[in-house]
Amino acid sequence: MSPTDHSAPPMVRVVDLHKQFGDHEVLRGVSVDVAMGEKIAIIGPSGAGKSTLLRCINYLERPQRGHIFLDGVLVGERQENGHYVQVSERDLAPVRAQMGMVFQRFNLFPHLTALQNVAISPHRVLGLPKAEAESRASELLDKVGLSGKTHAFPEKLSGGQQQRVAIARALAMRPKLMLFDEATSALDPELIGEVLEVIRTLAREGMTMLIVTHEMHFAEDVADRVLFMDDGVIVEEGGPHVIFRAPQHERTRAFLRAVLQR
Amino acid sequence: MDQLIAGYADSLGVWLPPLARAAKFTLNIALLSILVGAVAGLLLALLKMSRRPILRRPADLYIEVIRGTPALAQLYIVYFGLAGVGLTLDNVTAAVVALGLNAAAYMAEIYRAGIESVHAGQREAAMSLGMTPLQALRFIVLPQAWRVVLPPGANLGIAVLKDTSLASAIATPELMSRAYDLVGQTWRPMPIYIVVAIMYMAMCLPLGQLVHHLERSVKRSDVRIAKAPARWRQRVSAT
Amino acid sequence: MSGFARFWEILIAKLPVFLPYLLKGALVTLKITGATLVVAALFGLVLALMQRSRLRVLGVVSAAYIEIMRSVPVLTTLFVIYFGLASIGIQLPSFIAAVIGLGMLGAAYMAEIIRAGIEAVHHGQREAAVSLGMTPAQAMRFIVLPQALRVIVAPTANYTIGLLKDTAIVSTVAAPELLFAAKTLVSQTILPMQVYMLTAGIYLAMSWPLARAAHYLEARLSRGV
Repeated sequence: MSPTDHSAPPMVRVVDLHKQFGDHEVLRGVSVDVAMGEKIAIIGPSGAGKSTLLRCINYLERPQRGHIFLDGVLVGERQENGHYVQVSERDLAPVRAQMGMVFQRFNLFPHLTALQNVAISPHRVLGLPKAEAESRASELLDKVGLSGKTHAFPEKLSGGQQQRVAIARALAMRPKLMLFDEATSALDPELIGEVLEVIRTLAREGMTMLIVTHEMHFAEDVADRVLFMDDGVIVEEGGPHVIFRAPQHERTRAFLRAVLQR
Repeated sequence: MDQLIAGYADSLGVWLPPLARAAKFTLNIALLSILVGAVAGLLLALLKMSRRPILRRPADLYIEVIRGTPALAQLYIVYFGLAGVGLTLDNVTAAVVALGLNAAAYMAEIYRAGIESVHAGQREAAMSLGMTPLQALRFIVLPQAWRVVLPPGANLGIAVLKDTSLASAIATPELMSRAYDLVGQTWRPMPIYIVVAIMYMAMCLPLGQLVHHLERSVKRSDVRIAKAPARWRQRVSAT
Repeated sequence: MSGFARFWEILIAKLPVFLPYLLKGALVTLKITGATLVVAALFGLVLALMQRSRLRVLGVVSAAYIEIMRSVPVLTTLFVIYFGLASIGIQLPSFIAAVIGLGMLGAAYMAEIIRAGIEAVHHGQREAAVSLGMTPAQAMRFIVLPQALRVIVAPTANYTIGLLKDTAIVSTVAAPELLFAAKTLVSQTILPMQVYMLTAGIYLAMSWPLARAAHYLEARLSRGV
């Protein structure tokens, strides 16, 4: 794994994040720093707030309290006379363009081919000419192993193939950060490997990543740091060898016992 | 400005009584037409669901023709057309007949959907008990079907109410007709037709609320929807 | 039986004279339908987007407009536009008044159809789009609306059939469409039954193919959902 640079300011800084839906508090004060090039795996039981944390970072969900910084810049808010004001959806677009998100259910655009799915944002958002956007898309599809499927529509692709297109689509924006929200949870077991392989390659290349996953062996393999979340807080964090081999907290141990019993 | 308002208040005082009477007439015609439509519609529905083509085909043809031609044209056929071949109807009867027969074609489909929504097993159980198909329909199926029929039926009723305005074209003394006469006398089409629009709203909006209410009560009692998990219900997307 | 036979005798004899005259009216009917459809679709899209806007005022105005248009007969709206505007100095030709009047109601229907179409698109699509850095407007334009279109087509076809029939109402303001042509013909020939039945036949000839098309579209598009 490429070395993480901890001397520079963090790529992502999350400060005291609180998020509730109705009267159900999902995040109860979460703080974490992610250095550039660092790979963070987030594990924990359902309902722990792992996905919500990721979705707050690119402001798909708006937190009630707390702040997010991407490469030193406030996300989703601006400062006005000493107060913090949440910005409009429109104003979020530029910062979101610097982050890539991969969803559990892929969310590929069904009316576009694989190539068009990957090329549309560089073309429409970054303003690249169509030919250039498509050439970049072509390269990326090649990179994720789908060079033969550029003109296929999502419905003709397997789950694993769709997710790889989704990863290429996110990468096409040349993001500073990649967010993987249970990227393999909706896949048939035999298709998981090909997607994990792509994520591993990205990790080796030094991409900063936050990965919410249930694939414990993969997490141990790829992550520089593991966060165990439960009930809206980070219960324990540390290197994978610590978390997986010698967890300090009982809740972490209980969770790992239940999950690794397979 | 005050003079303008006072002037309008005066005019309203002159216009409202005849318009209100005409509105009442509108409601009466609508009611009669809906009645004709409800009864004729049921008949049509039964014919349409019959297994015998000799009963089914004419019903299907009738419905296709009515649904494929404008109500106003149908009104002209009943009023002017029939008179031309010897059968003269007064403009009230013609309106009720035309609107009623028009509504019947749409009611037939509503009945059909309602009857089919009643589980087939109900009819089978009834017949196993020795009921004839007609008895099964009358005592078991229709009583259950009418709850599904009522919301779309009521919606159709509102449409019929609005369609009574077409009868003004044959001088039936309903609301639009009266308004037209009033405009001819006063030369103030804008305020008069706007008042008329408001009067139609006053009739249709409450009925619309009633339909909404009916739709919800049918949904609640009929369908056992499992309560959505709490998290999903509270999920608020960042729009 | 001879009265019945006589009826058909006259109808067939007059056909070559009636038909061309009525068909000219039918052409105007189709023009009014087409123009209104465009107006209703555009204005309806605006209304649908207003309802989804973050500004509550727009949503309320849009919803109120839709409720009002659905509670007032088309004839009344038409008379307000044709006679009402004329009385304050704006005399619109009957074709224009017809398209505006029918279009105002049509927009209310289309708004509901479009809104349902947009809501049928899975919210994950919008999320993926904005995650890639698209603005809400870009997400709507490139990702949501194209997919919504599949859900919108069938109800729009149904609306168009209703619209075709509703154009008959504009005969009351002397727009030269089919029913108006029929009325004129009746006043000249005093053969109401023959003329109106022929007219009904022409309406059927126009609406029936539309109905088949709508049916076909409904069946085809509901497959790949």
